[in-house]
Amino acid sequence: MAIFLTKDSKVIVQGMTGATGMKHTKLMLGDGTNIVGGVNPRKAGTTVDFDGTEVPVFGSVAEAMKETGANVSVLFVPPAFAKAAVVEAIDAEIPLAVVITEGIAVHDSAAFWAYAQSKGNKTRIIGPNCPGLITPGQSNAGIIPGDITKPGRIGLVSKSGTLTYQMMYELRDIGFSSAVGIGGDPVIGTTHIDALAAFEADPDTDLIVMIGEIGGDAEERAADFIKANVTKPVVGYVAGFTAPEGKTMGHAGAIVSGSSGTAQAKKEALEAAGVKVGKTPTETAKLARAILAG
Amino acid sequence: MDLFEYQARDLFAKHGVPVLAGEVIDTPEAARAATERLGGKSVVKAQVKVGGRGKAGGVKLAADADEAVARATDILGMDIKGHTVHKVMIAELSPEIEAEYYVSYLLDRTNRTFLAMASVQGGMDIEEVAEKTPEALAKVPVNAVEGVSIEKAREIVALAKFPADVAEGVAEAMVTLWDTFVAEDALLVEVNPLVKTKDGRILALDGKVSLDENADFRQPEHEALEDKAAANPLEAAAKAKGLNYVKLDGEVGIIGNGAGLVMSTLDVVAYAGENHGGVKPANFLDIGGGASAEVMANGLEIILGDSDVKSVFVNVFGGITACDEVANGIVQALELLASRGDEVTKPLVVRLDGNNAELGRKILSDANHPLVQRVDTMDGAADKAAELAAAK
Repeated sequence: MAIFLTKDSKVIVQGMTGATGMKHTKLMLGDGTNIVGGVNPRKAGTTVDFDGTEVPVFGSVAEAMKETGANVSVLFVPPAFAKAAVVEAIDAEIPLAVVITEGIAVHDSAAFWAYAQSKGNKTRIIGPNCPGLITPGQSNAGIIPGDITKPGRIGLVSKSGTLTYQMMYELRDIGFSSAVGIGGDPVIGTTHIDALAAFEADPDTDLIVMIGEIGGDAEERAADFIKANVTKPVVGYVAGFTAPEGKTMGHAGAIVSGSSGTAQAKKEALEAAGVKVGKTPTETAKLARAILAG
Repeated sequence: MDLFEYQARDLFAKHGVPVLAGEVIDTPEAARAATERLGGKSVVKAQVKVGGRGKAGGVKLAADADEAVARATDILGMDIKGHTVHKVMIAELSPEIEAEYYVSYLLDRTNRTFLAMASVQGGMDIEEVAEKTPEALAKVPVNAVEGVSIEKAREIVALAKFPADVAEGVAEAMVTLWDTFVAEDALLVEVNPLVKTKDGRILALDGKVSLDENADFRQPEHEALEDKAAANPLEAAAKAKGLNYVKLDGEVGIIGNGAGLVMSTLDVVAYAGENHGGVKPANFLDIGGGASAEVMANGLEIILGDSDVKSVFVNVFGGITACDEVANGIVQALELLASRGDEVTKPLVVRLDGNNAELGRKILSDANHPLVQRVDTMDGAADKAAELAAAK
């Protein structure tokens, strides 16, 4: 089953013809992703050759969907043009838009989020500033390395890309149903809660690993959600205990403001909801392992 | 990026928020001409990015130009909560004040929208108002697409129960404040106090603005607002090289890839440090995805240039980043520093996993640098780095 992305997903890439888009389209194809097109109005009608796979370029998301039946778009569009690209995806009502782009101004992400809401939320947005999501053995929409692990029964949701990779690596022998990087920006589309709800409903997921970091209160709200709605075991990890107040730690959203957004508060909230929280990624993986071993 | 009051004032003025005249100076003598330009009287206001300056003696009235020079002399160089005053604003004296209000716009992360806040209890710490009299603080979501029209501003003002005689003036100020918020790509614009004067004017007397650095690409004027003098020299050097670096107060230098993994590395080192005399991470440094050997070398140069650093932990999980590139970067950086005559004596602990990890490990083994040791687990490597820092 997996969540949000399966072998049947038909993926287009907005920004495919740029250097980053080219590099990752090639990698996604290598992981078995069914990439049915790219979008670039200036190169519409051409095709791009990826080691023998010809991928057509369309003028718009709507056209690509009409021609190919695409239902997922992965965006590698530079920050200055990202808002327009996401709005285009929303207008085309594509079911899933995965925004990899890092460095989008928050007025832009708040605007495309508000726009998606006003259009009835027909497009699930993942990101921005995220590594995308992978359903090992089926499809890869983003930049998560496809060779870390195999299909399995752990679901992973994380604000951080490299911690996603680290955790997949730690538990590579068990494997994952899906791993979703939701991104480290202050305004993101899909939240921990959305992914938790999807994993809870996914018959192929037995255990959920949730990775958070300082900033905002998404982890605290996820803890409330887990308490009320999640019956599967959840193991957590929170990064940023040593982060000083008022400093942005790499991710635009990773900032402790006054006493809010601290790692300690998030850990306590998760533990109060019955989530086992590891002190390090390795310890977190051990906790997951112990639960799965019964 | 948080701005000084005078910078906030300038942005407010640019977008039509009513403010008083004022100019910033950094020598006492300049207070004379500035005060004369204001008609012979002024308020001398310390420019520091911290609250409570009034109570600390950082805001003084000057009845004439001589007094302005004297007050500027007092205030320049003053320490306010650990912030040294390098600049003062010489501001126009406010007409007599009848009431003080509070208005702001900010990002509401929880609800993924913008938020207007307004209160008739201004002039004090708004967090205190929110805590003690939450009913006195109106919080109104603002849709990022719809923005704040005069009708929306009137709605906010009505919810905050502003008196009828000022309602329209405050609403108009709130529209211009919204214009500032959007046009400047701000994360926060706050006016506290917004005052009603005896002669019936609405004025922004003090304000805070925080800007979104992700918008720098379309805000070329924002670079000049940066307080370069106050930046930590290592942070400034890292920024000049395009590195994402934050100086911390420990002894173990940290380099990693990806913000989450680096934050996690700091934590893991701090835990390990508990067993090694309490050593702590010395910095945050994220070399990012797909980092090249050159980026690695730049990062290592910054870290090794930090005199607080006793040992270095390079923690890389190769996703996009290839570990062989990282390993080459380490080897090249050490060669570069040696060729410049820098004496490198700090031990490096390197943990490489993921993309091309075996290649990277082999490069390090082949280079066989006396200061570099490989530990292939994150927790183990953190422990070794902490141990080495404690031994120095």
